[in-house]
Amino acid sequence: MTPAALHALLEKHRHDPTRLVQILREAQDVAGWISPPLITEVAGHLGVPRARVEGVAGFYSFFATQPRGEYRVLFSDDITDRFHGSERLRLDLCSQLGVEPGKLRADGRVSVGVTSCTGLCEQGPALLVNEHAIPRLDDARIAQVAELIATRHPLREWPAELFVVDDSIELRGWLLGASVAPGEALGHALALSPDAFLEQLAKSKLRGRGGAGFSTADKWRSAKQAPGPTRFVVCNADEGEPGTFKDRVLLRRQLDLVLDGMTACAWTIGAQRGFVYLRGEYRFLEAPIEAALAARRKAKLLGRDVLGHRGFDFDVELHLGAGAYVCGEESALLESLEGRRGIPRNRPPYPVTNGYLHQPTVVNNVETFASVALIALHGGDAFAAVGTPKSSGTRVHSVSGDCAKPGLYELPMGATVRALLDACGAVEPQAVQVGGPSGVLLSPREFDRRLCFEDVPSAGAFVVFGPERDLLDVVVNYAHFFAHESCGFCTPCRVGTTLLERSLDAIDAGRGTRRDVKEALRLSRMLRDSSHCGLGHTACNPFLSLYEKFKPTLERRLSSLDFVPTFDVDEALAAAREVTGRDDVKAHLEDV
Amino acid sequence: MSSFTLDGHDVPFTEGQSVLQAALAAGHPIPHLCAHPEFKAHGSCRVCTVKVNGRMVASCTLPAAAGLAVESETQELKELRQGLVQLLFVEGNHFCPSCEKSGECKLQAVGYALDVRTPHFPQLFPDRPVDASHPDLILDFNRCILCELCVRASAEVDGRHAFALSGRGLTKHLIVNAESGLLKDTSVAVTDTAVTVCPVGVILKKGKGFAVPIGQRTYDKAAFGFEGKKP
Amino acid sequence: MNAPRRKLKVATASLAGCFGCHMSLLDIDERLFALLELVELDRSPLTDKKHCGPCDLGLIEGGLCNAENVEVLREFRRSCKVLVAVGACAVNGGLPAQRNHLDVRDCLKAVYPVVPNDPELPLPLDKVHPLSDVVRIDYFLPGCPPPAEALWQFLTDLLHGRTPQLGHGLIHYD
Repeated sequence: MTPAALHALLEKHRHDPTRLVQILREAQDVAGWISPPLITEVAGHLGVPRARVEGVAGFYSFFATQPRGEYRVLFSDDITDRFHGSERLRLDLCSQLGVEPGKLRADGRVSVGVTSCTGLCEQGPALLVNEHAIPRLDDARIAQVAELIATRHPLREWPAELFVVDDSIELRGWLLGASVAPGEALGHALALSPDAFLEQLAKSKLRGRGGAGFSTADKWRSAKQAPGPTRFVVCNADEGEPGTFKDRVLLRRQLDLVLDGMTACAWTIGAQRGFVYLRGEYRFLEAPIEAALAARRKAKLLGRDVLGHRGFDFDVELHLGAGAYVCGEESALLESLEGRRGIPRNRPPYPVTNGYLHQPTVVNNVETFASVALIALHGGDAFAAVGTPKSSGTRVHSVSGDCAKPGLYELPMGATVRALLDACGAVEPQAVQVGGPSGVLLSPREFDRRLCFEDVPSAGAFVVFGPERDLLDVVVNYAHFFAHESCGFCTPCRVGTTLLERSLDAIDAGRGTRRDVKEALRLSRMLRDSSHCGLGHTACNPFLSLYEKFKPTLERRLSSLDFVPTFDVDEALAAAREVTGRDDVKAHLEDV
Repeated sequence: MSSFTLDGHDVPFTEGQSVLQAALAAGHPIPHLCAHPEFKAHGSCRVCTVKVNGRMVASCTLPAAAGLAVESETQELKELRQGLVQLLFVEGNHFCPSCEKSGECKLQAVGYALDVRTPHFPQLFPDRPVDASHPDLILDFNRCILCELCVRASAEVDGRHAFALSGRGLTKHLIVNAESGLLKDTSVAVTDTAVTVCPVGVILKKGKGFAVPIGQRTYDKAAFGFEGKKP
Repeated sequence: MNAPRRKLKVATASLAGCFGCHMSLLDIDERLFALLELVELDRSPLTDKKHCGPCDLGLIEGGLCNAENVEVLREFRRSCKVLVAVGACAVNGGLPAQRNHLDVRDCLKAVYPVVPNDPELPLPLDKVHPLSDVVRIDYFLPGCPPPAEALWQFLTDLLHGRTPQLGHGLIHYD
């Protein structure tokens, strides 16, 4: 990267260290990777310690602190991608390109690895090339990608149809089906005083759609009442929970509802600035969101005196993440927005009083803000009339896995699991994962349970497992996911997720015993009881669900032996056999 | 003065104290590693986890409040804390017999206090090269428990930002503030607080080996929480 | 001390260790006589018996660095009702495990001008392991070596059927 290019980039970001994640992302786009001298340069110009920049570069998995080639291919490694053959396609691409999985090819041009779920589950398998998504992979597409890379075709000139992402809306409700002009909902909100709109919101009984289900009105009221010279509105679009992709579609189809909701929040709590924190995997949404923001500024829906309300100034900036599931946790997201490693903060204090730059901040999910716009349009009572007493409104479910029609289904809160299974055409499912790996695995006995906060809360993911699937594969995949995504701050999650992953790998490899199950239970308790944040608390859920509800599936994979070594003892002699040239009886050990 | 109960004992506290601070001040040695009286609570090691109203929570980040019923010396918590200490042992390479910090090491002392006799979990045996580049200091990353006390001390007390963390999850690791990655190229000084604050044997002064013989060191003589007192 | 009715059979071995733990056992000094009232030694460096008969108790010093270590450990596990990992190396691999970040091929090539291929030489494992990675271990006695007092306390507790207690000063990792 030339000094002039870096200078221009830093100028664009006003030499603001809170924009460090954006600066590194854009610098990597130009330079290919974040080299030690580049880190030194950036740190020097921003006036922050070099080690801080290195620490941020080392945290996010999309940042390369080693060369990764002109073409960095990452296959989405969600269990649904695997169901659709992603493993074979990945190895095929590797062999067509002559690259070893996970390694940079000798000529330094290309690497092929894996990444956590890219949120294209209903049109998988998917991959990212230099963070640009390509869905619906098959042999033909893999051959095409291999050819484009082999001929060093510049990425911007690759055929556009490769990058087409479908919206896959299967069942519309009043949110997915809304057809309103930009600012229409906001106009209704601004016709009320901030206090009056907050009252409508309270009447609506809206609860956050990110998973925890906190009352939106209470959150806004706390932020409104918290002392502070300024306030912020943050839209959490870091949709990282494997199996969830509803926000991807809402941001494309109903972006103005989301932005109307954010602006109504700013009006209510008295904020001047807002952010959309978009996961790096959704980079294909960057341009459309920027375009929508520009259009809204032009239409006076953002900027000074919004919709002519003198003194109501509000604007929204787009931030992209860089591959870190933990940033979906609101305080980790705020750290990332401030240009730091995405480590969840200690609480109290909470973001409503000490959020972005330690000012009162509302952080809400994409679907929550879109629901706020519906409340502005239809009123709090109308919203509360839909759903159940404690879960008002509708819920957009991201359905994937073994069903005829994967995609988005908007249903009133409280719909049964069975209703959704019927709608999506699932045949004899043996289980459903609701809410992603951090959620819960439901057995057929539970299919009459209802999808709402009173019964089975959900962050929006609904993954169907047909009768032929091995649920241990699912649990192993999720264990790898958590070990990869642990931020590493606290001991139980940093080390425990890896040890849990190894216990389950041992069981998967037929080397597991009852003792390994006991160990996995102990690690699960430690994760649940002593982790710093929700990631660690829930990292044990897939295993615990399997243990509690599908014990035979687990037990039939266990060795009958009392003890199996933690490693293959004969394999451990292979290196010495090689260098001594021996293969006699004493050069081997029985495995058990 | 307001108070809460710890295992049935009244513990007085002043406004702003954490449960851990108040308990330590009252002579109840809740085991802990990343907490330090000179620094803001960190909450990363989780060894000080207690149970409050049926909920597990780190006592270092829990504000003391009147009427809390805190459990600490229970079998359940002992087992949890043993497990956490064991996780720290298997994560690094802790070869106590060859460590100059042995007998002064808080990780050891907490292990002794909790009757931890084995790391229990499979050892991860990471590859963590030693940095001996600095003329007066040595950095042995094998023993790092990622408490960030050196990071915090160098930033907040020494004003040098000589240390930081990079990586994520199990690959999280201590780094120094230099493009070469070597301690000799940082501004760290042998007199820095960051150098002495390490609870384990990562940051050591060269030429100072074994001035106090093994067997006569702090935790040879006293248990964790009873330093300088009769056990 | 009340002697049990029958002498208990005890076997000991030093695997990837330095015999320091055995030396520490000898450091219980004149209490060795009291100990021998309670036990009869089977396979042990102290008896020079080459194989282990059925035993009540096995004490193993040292970790696992080669194929022979694994075979001896398995013989002990088959023969001993109760198996104890004695000392740092048995408990966590100890100092020999400091080679674990190296490739064992490079180690052999660095040490030998011509790497020997004699079947009598045990092949090294790619990594040094604690005993508990290969067999079930009943008790762990840490220390490098465990102090003589700890060994005495531990053994007398075990031989009298009590769960071994190690108070402050007896549990050591160095």
